[in-house]
Amino acid sequence: MADEKSRPSVAGSILVVGGGISGLTTALEAAEVGYDVYLVEKNPYLGGRVAQMNKYFPKLCPPSCGLEINFKRIKNNRRIKFYTMSEVQSVSGTPGSYDVTITQNPRYVTSNCTACGDCVDACPVERESGFDFGMAKTKAIYRPHEMSFPMKYVIDGDVCKKDTCVECIKACNYRAIDLKMQPKTFDLKVGSVVIATGWEPYDATKLDKLGYGQCDNVITNMMMERLAAPNGPTKGKIERPSDNKEVSTVAFAQCAGSRDENHLPYCSYICCMASLKQATYIREQYPDAKIYIYYIDMRAPGERYEKFYKKIKDDKNVFFIKGKVAEIEEDPGTKDVTVMAENAMTGEKLRQKVDMAVLATGMQPTGANTKITGDITYDENGFVIADLEKGGIFASGCARQPSDVMGCTKNATGAALKAIQTLVRR
Amino acid sequence: MDKKCGVYICTGCGIGKALDIERLSKLPGKDYNVEVCKTHEFCCGPEGVEQIKKDITGEGVNTIVVAGCSMRVNQDVFDFGPDKIVERVNLREQVVWCQEPAKEKTETEEEIREGVDLHIQFLAEDYLRMGIVRAQKSELPEPYMLESLSKRILVMGGGVTGLTAAVEAAKAGYDVTIAEKGPSLGGYAGKLRKQVAASHPYADLEEPIVQDIITAAQSNPKIELKTNTVVARIAGQPGEFTVTFKKPGEEIEFDVPQIVEQTHDEEGKELTKEQIDEIYAELNKGRADILTLDPDGQKFGAVVLATGWKPYDASEFANLGFGKYKNVITNAMMEEIAAKGNIVRPSDGKEAKSVVFIQNPKKGDDSDFPFGSSVTSLVALKQAKYVREDDSEAKAYIIYQHMRTPGLYENFYKNMQDDDGIFMTKGSVASIAEGADGNLLVEVEDNLIGETIKIDADMIVLAAGMVPTTKDDPVVNLAYRQGPGFRDIGLFDGYADSNFICFPYETQRTGIYAAGCVRQALTIGECIEDATGAALKAIQCIDSVNRGVSVHPRSGDMTFPDFFFSRCTQCKRCTEECPFGALDDDEKGTPKPNPARCRRCGTCMGACPERIIGFADYNIDMIGSMIKAIEVPTDDDYDPVPLRVVVLVCENDAYPAVDMAGMNGLKYSPMVRFIPVRCLGSVNTVWIKDALSSGLDGVLLLGCQYGDDYQCHFIKGSELCNRRMENVAETLKSLALESERVELQQVAINEYDKIPGIINKFMETIDEVGPNPFKGF
Repeated sequence: MADEKSRPSVAGSILVVGGGISGLTTALEAAEVGYDVYLVEKNPYLGGRVAQMNKYFPKLCPPSCGLEINFKRIKNNRRIKFYTMSEVQSVSGTPGSYDVTITQNPRYVTSNCTACGDCVDACPVERESGFDFGMAKTKAIYRPHEMSFPMKYVIDGDVCKKDTCVECIKACNYRAIDLKMQPKTFDLKVGSVVIATGWEPYDATKLDKLGYGQCDNVITNMMMERLAAPNGPTKGKIERPSDNKEVSTVAFAQCAGSRDENHLPYCSYICCMASLKQATYIREQYPDAKIYIYYIDMRAPGERYEKFYKKIKDDKNVFFIKGKVAEIEEDPGTKDVTVMAENAMTGEKLRQKVDMAVLATGMQPTGANTKITGDITYDENGFVIADLEKGGIFASGCARQPSDVMGCTKNATGAALKAIQTLVRR
Repeated sequence: MDKKCGVYICTGCGIGKALDIERLSKLPGKDYNVEVCKTHEFCCGPEGVEQIKKDITGEGVNTIVVAGCSMRVNQDVFDFGPDKIVERVNLREQVVWCQEPAKEKTETEEEIREGVDLHIQFLAEDYLRMGIVRAQKSELPEPYMLESLSKRILVMGGGVTGLTAAVEAAKAGYDVTIAEKGPSLGGYAGKLRKQVAASHPYADLEEPIVQDIITAAQSNPKIELKTNTVVARIAGQPGEFTVTFKKPGEEIEFDVPQIVEQTHDEEGKELTKEQIDEIYAELNKGRADILTLDPDGQKFGAVVLATGWKPYDASEFANLGFGKYKNVITNAMMEEIAAKGNIVRPSDGKEAKSVVFIQNPKKGDDSDFPFGSSVTSLVALKQAKYVREDDSEAKAYIIYQHMRTPGLYENFYKNMQDDDGIFMTKGSVASIAEGADGNLLVEVEDNLIGETIKIDADMIVLAAGMVPTTKDDPVVNLAYRQGPGFRDIGLFDGYADSNFICFPYETQRTGIYAAGCVRQALTIGECIEDATGAALKAIQCIDSVNRGVSVHPRSGDMTFPDFFFSRCTQCKRCTEECPFGALDDDEKGTPKPNPARCRRCGTCMGACPERIIGFADYNIDMIGSMIKAIEVPTDDDYDPVPLRVVVLVCENDAYPAVDMAGMNGLKYSPMVRFIPVRCLGSVNTVWIKDALSSGLDGVLLLGCQYGDDYQCHFIKGSELCNRRMENVAETLKSLALESERVELQQVAINEYDKIPGIINKFMETIDEVGPNPFKGF
């Protein structure tokens, strides 16, 4: 480095917890200033939630485009060290000096893996794909998706028959499988920590009146992303789960869980725009399909989003109804679903029969269910509250509040600077 | 560098089964005199890598060609240090995984080991040839270093965003200058009575926090504060921007030159170059040329643009009584009143006890006011609270279509909903009438009550939007040949925004990072976060320039465009087409490269008709030679003659899509050869000529979607390329070649399923037009 001397003296490196779009952004932005970063990701791949999405609103561009650039940045940057299948157990210490304990779960596939895929043909065990929300199956040994980075296979240890089977070991020409791999725990010393643990789709089975889990053709918005994605379970063709029928009527139930004291009291920020976007997926494939969007408020704020909303409003086959969906029921014969709501403007009780209903389920911070042990404050909903006065530990992206991707990447960039400041100060 | 090349062919992942490796491994020696050529069944494994390392130390190999998997994988495994050249030949994803295994025997079967298909073998051989040529033509990059570097950051705008950016950058050890147009710091955030909470739990009003940030800025010795100061011009490039400041309204020699926007005269005739020059000279009389550096200018490394917003001019809303009735005001006017004291109405200074907030300007249209946002929803709620705070008997009414309080701001909305004195409903304002006492009668239809609501209001507040300062003024005043402002800003309604969701700070002007309301309508809390991010980007840019490497999206790239000036014809195309305005030509038209502004896309290289621009590891000769390395079968040997098509493919998006097609086992014609390019914008038409004159039957270009929602990371690459190809079509016609032989297709990275269709369809087209008549010449 040409100017190592003139840089303020720094101590330690930065730990970024979570390798989704926010964590990746924080890690890369800091590393490209010249700081050492550890990136810890729970999944066997980087990219997080956005890797499952078909397109971003409002540009309707694929998230994998930005991920590819980010992965390229990681490949080109020796300052980032990342761990997949790993979780941070605890963080202790003070700003500038933290001890972090990390557990890495076994991938059962070593770095020898060339991703040739021979093992998949040999593997006799099938599992439901969590990546596709159970709408597709993979073998016990699988590649998370086409673009998964790192490009290595992984074995689902819960279903693999291990020593009683070993078909994959026989099939692998590269000695890349180690079924005896054990979880390992290791410690890192870092100067600052950025928590970017993101979000989970709110568990739609808790919305008992809305039929998810009971009616085949009630799906969530994240499932819709997979249905529309070219690498999804239907190769991008939107069809309803019960009978793979093409859809001619689809209802969207906004605020499914969000803005609801019994579920998520806050607004999840993205679901209005996501449903508008998903309306374009359907309308693109089905020129005659009719779409009903039930909402409390259409939250499409700002020039850019308002313009997108306007575009969808101009589509005569998309109907907007102000009213929260109260109940969804299934016709056991046809598997069609009926959406029930009260029109808030007219008071009219509405019953709309549709081929499929999409629940615009909100985002629940990962911190609601999994908290990192240490000096980290979570609010009552599981969002991280960073103590900026104290510094040292920061949050980025949806770990701190619901946000769209642009908001996450902006905030994640800022979090990189906060983390750097902590190191500079020492 | 004295090159010693080694070729390493991997036979794993099905490569060895599908190809005649023995034949393939003879090629480097036979055709290119490469002495070291080895095979390994597991090149990326420990022994495979060891074999290469041994040759590096033992044989002095320093130029390594690995023929195996895609360049997108195992980059770390085949990284042998910065002093080695490594080229990858994609025999896996783009040969054996996307081609049918051998089926038919062919004419020259005796050459080919049993079970190996001729087409797939030829495909692999061509890729190996191209890889070796690429390695031979590649040079190790040397970074472009500035002679002197300023690490100081200029922050334009002393509002909450600018102040935050300055304080945050200073905390990381950087010197900062804030230039604020007004006499004092704080901007709009300093003129508020209160603000919506900028931190958890976002439920209440709080005292404006900007005062604390002003204090922090004032007490930080690293921050220089200039009030009553605007930027007359910013000249040069990141790391060495020369900035001229002036007092607002002053006219000085170093005011930035304006560009001529007029293209036609009054009669509609296109202006000649001379006429444009004349208008330019007249327009910029008394101003120094952009290349004249202000000797008294101050040096900066990077810029944060935080000039904020101004209230939307509400005079067009006469339908709501604005301009007609004194007591119809905007939210910005309301804030001014509230900051001074009690809420009093303009007509008679009487305290307003009943205030209606109108969120939507048009009946029957649920759009917000122009430039509205979640901020205008939150401000209505906030100001309703002011009314209630001043007098618990007073009433506030908010008439909205959509209450836009996203995320945790919902907490504030809920808190306001708990106040009985704030009445809110979705509804349309049907009429507003003024009474003799200045009171206003508001009728609201289509509301949640179900019948027309009549409100006797003391005052009406319109939720006017926040217009970015860049809407009608360049503001940044860049002394760039392409003009002083951001290009294509109209696409973003005048916001200094990036088009990229993943990369929100990447404007088309390197080293200038916009933040706050100049980029998007944001709350104070959001502005603070945005400012922190922009400060990091400014720091990162300075650090990258300091190391002589590129910033996003080719961050870390050490190469930069090199110009062979003695052959420049001053056509100015490079200056005009550069998406980042990196080039400034002088009065003769000779381009002055500003490598620190450059993002290394190669658009200049694609634009140059004299082909004098190139990079150490990417240039006209290299790609041209690779194209010429493709073996073209002739009808002397074959009937029918196998076709050959070269596909120039964007390495960021289309190339991964092609890889994924292979990973999914999708098959397509074996007649095509892919060559990755940095961006379609870098495609020079000479490559098309090279291809067709060497007998290839067609050229396909695969790039990103263009148009308003362009996906090109270099803004306009595929669009520019498409325009150039229109010219190529003309040239082809003059050569009696069919224009169908050259085609550009837009494909997104996730549309790998479309790759076989696109390729096979193009091959059908070429099949129809027939083999290139120049074959064998």
